[in-house]
Formats: sequence, C-alpha cells, structure tokens
Amino acid sequence: MAEVKTAPAIQEKEPLFGKKEKKLITDPLTDNNPITIQVLGICSALAVTSLVLPSLVISVAVVFVCAFSSLFTSLLRTKIPKSIRMIVQLVIIATLVTIVEMVLKYFSYPVYRQLTIYIGLIITNCIVMGRLEAFAMANKPWRSFLDGIGNGLGYGFILVAIAIIRELFGKGSLFAGSIAEIKIIGASPDYLINTMADGSWFGWYSNNNLMVLPVAAMFIIGIFIWIQRSLNPDLVDIS
Amino acid sequence: MELVNIFLKAAFVENLVLAYFLGMCSFLAVSKTVKTAFGLGLAVIFVLGITMPINWLINEYLLSETGPLGFDFSFLRFILFIAVIASMVQLVEMVIEKVSPSLYNSLGIFLPLITVNCAILGGSLFMVAREYNFSESVAFGLGGGFGWFLAIIAIAAIREKIRYSDVPPALRGLGMAFILTGLMGIAFMSLLGIDPAAFK
Repeated sequence: MAEVKTAPAIQEKEPLFGKKEKKLITDPLTDNNPITIQVLGICSALAVTSLVLPSLVISVAVVFVCAFSSLFTSLLRTKIPKSIRMIVQLVIIATLVTIVEMVLKYFSYPVYRQLTIYIGLIITNCIVMGRLEAFAMANKPWRSFLDGIGNGLGYGFILVAIAIIRELFGKGSLFAGSIAEIKIIGASPDYLINTMADGSWFGWYSNNNLMVLPVAAMFIIGIFIWIQRSLNPDLVDIS
Repeated sequence: MELVNIFLKAAFVENLVLAYFLGMCSFLAVSKTVKTAFGLGLAVIFVLGITMPINWLINEYLLSETGPLGFDFSFLRFILFIAVIASMVQLVEMVIEKVSPSLYNSLGIFLPLITVNCAILGGSLFMVAREYNFSESVAFGLGGGFGWFLAIIAIAAIREKIRYSDVPPALRGLGMAFILTGLMGIAFMSLLGIDPAAFK
C-alpha cells in the first residue's frame, strides 16, 4: 500500500486584524449604521437619550452584550438546532443582560434605578438579535465578536450624539448626574454662560423643553437620516 | 371601574409606542401599508393579553420571596419572561395556523417577529414595577396592546397618504416615518391632561 502523503491543507491566512476585520468595526459607524440604516434598536434607545450619562451607560452595556452574545452564538453555531435557535439566542442574551444589570446595580445604584427597565430591554434590542441572526450564525467567532463590537459602537455613537444635543438644549448641561457634570448655559451663576447676568448676550435664551421629551429624539434621528442620505444619495429609500 | 381605567390609561395616556417608544422597530418596519399593520396590531394585542397574566403568575408564584418557593428569584426574571414570550408566540402561531389558515397566511412572518417586540417584554416589566394584581395585569395587557394597535394603524395610514407628497428625496421613507412618529407622540401627549378620576 502506497503511502498516501496528505498534502498539508493550504491554510488561508486570516490576519487577526486585517482590512476585512477593520471594516467590520467601521462600517456600522457610517454606511451600515444600526439605527439610521438598519432601523434596529430604536426601541430601547429613545427614552434614555435625554441625558448623556445614562446613554453612555446603555451604550457600553450594548457593546458588551452585542460582542459577547455574538461570540458565544458563533461558538455554538454548529451545535444549535435550527428550530430552537431563537430561544438559545435569547437565553444567551438574557444571561449577559442579567450580568450587566447586576454589575450596574453594584457600581451605581442611582443610575441602575433610572435605567432598570431599559437595561432589561437590551434583551429585546433588535440590534443584538438581528446581528446574531444575520452575522454570528454564519461566521467565525473572532469576526462575529468584532461585528458585535462594531454594531454596538455604531449604536452607541448615535445614542450619545442624540443625548448631547438633547441635554445641551434641553437642560443646558452635559453629563448631569455624574461628578463630571458641566453646566453650560442657564439662568444662574453656576453656568458657564449665565443668561441672567447683566449685559449677557444670551438674555433671550431659555431651555427648550421639547428636547427633554422622547419625541425630540425622533426628530433628531429623522434629521440625522436626512443629513446622512443627502450626503450619500446611494442610501436613499426608493419606495 | 378601576380596570376600565387601567385599560384606557394603558391604551391612550401611557401608550406603549407613542409615550414610551417601545416596540419601535417593528412599528417603523411594518407600517408601510395599513393591511399588514392591521394584522400585526391584532397579533400584538393577543400576545400582550396572554403573556401579561402568565408572567404575572410566574412573578408571583415562582420568583417572589413570598411565593411557595420562598426565595427571591427575581434575578431570573428576564430569562423566564422572555422564554414565556417566545413560547407563547410559538404557541399562538401554531394555534392560528390550525384554527384559521387564512389569518395565518395574512400575518406571515410578522407573527414570529413579535418575540423581539420590546413592547411585550416592556409591558411585563412595567407590570412588575407598578405592582398590578392579576385582573389589573390582564386589563393593562389588553389596553397596552390596543394602544399599540391604534398607533400602528394610524402611522400606516399616514404613510400610505404621504407617498404622494413632495418630500425631499433624502427624507423619503424612513426619515419621514421618524418625524411623523414624533409628531404623533406630541399629539398623544395632549391626552396626558385627562383626569383619571373622570372615568370613575
């Protein structure tokens, strides 16, 4: 019996962080943004964006949940029967969200009280499940992990941008509720621009109470979509 | 009368979509025509009305410290609630398929999509946070579902009409849907002024 020499399988070199991997992270920030293009994850996003601090917390939580649920789903993707994959995915997500909830409760109880229901809603955040279905079920763990991070960041980026606009014009401050609170414009000497000071150029200014309401987030996202699609006509909705 | 009050409050004053912005993804994605919006709205009423009392029973008898198990299992709440919702949606799907194939066909893919509709899980979490009793949770579930139904029908009708308007190209479709939802949210805010005592 002739000895069959098995040629060493030509391993396709997959760089740990090549061009494709970089694209996985940068694409969701712009042309494939989860919020403005994929319309995923609007649900839990809008209500928290009236202040910057909770938006940051939710963004970090979503990046974490998105990345690790993608990683675990991708690791298990060959073992999960198709008929119960939704329940398996939901259990993975729910476990991670429960971990996030416990960690947040431990570190900052006031923020936890404020966000309690929205942390829970990360489970049904369509970004997480959407990326699991669309990407992690068909790709290798490392790529899925990066895709999770990218989409989490794309979501967080929009979330924080909305929150900065809403908090600045609605309350005149940034990062309210934390030690790093910056008071920018308002009717008292605490603020950088004191609208009530003698000879102030901003005597006409008062906070826009509409910005505090969740509907303001709808308008701001609508305007983001408008700007993004004007700059890049390929993205325009034909229907 | 208390129950009617909770129903009306959940449907109008504290509308899940237009006051809390829950269930937004399917609200924006499925509201292109009134017909599909109608089917999805009915399914949401049904699922909310069923999962709410079941989750109430689970929360009361399995998870709470005063229940038969005598231990505070509230950290399992998310996992159990979402499992109930997923299995209920699966069950509803099978029942509808058996009982009325025509309704099943008209709902199509939107039925399984209800699993990840934040309004359903959000409703259950609100129910826990507000400490409703059993019958109140049923009223809250049905009311919340009805409010969601009304909202999606309304935006679908507006979107069907606005297709013939001269909207800037970059704002067509999704962008306009966001702004419309915002305007509808403002309109629903006027209902906040209703005195709940008027229903008693």
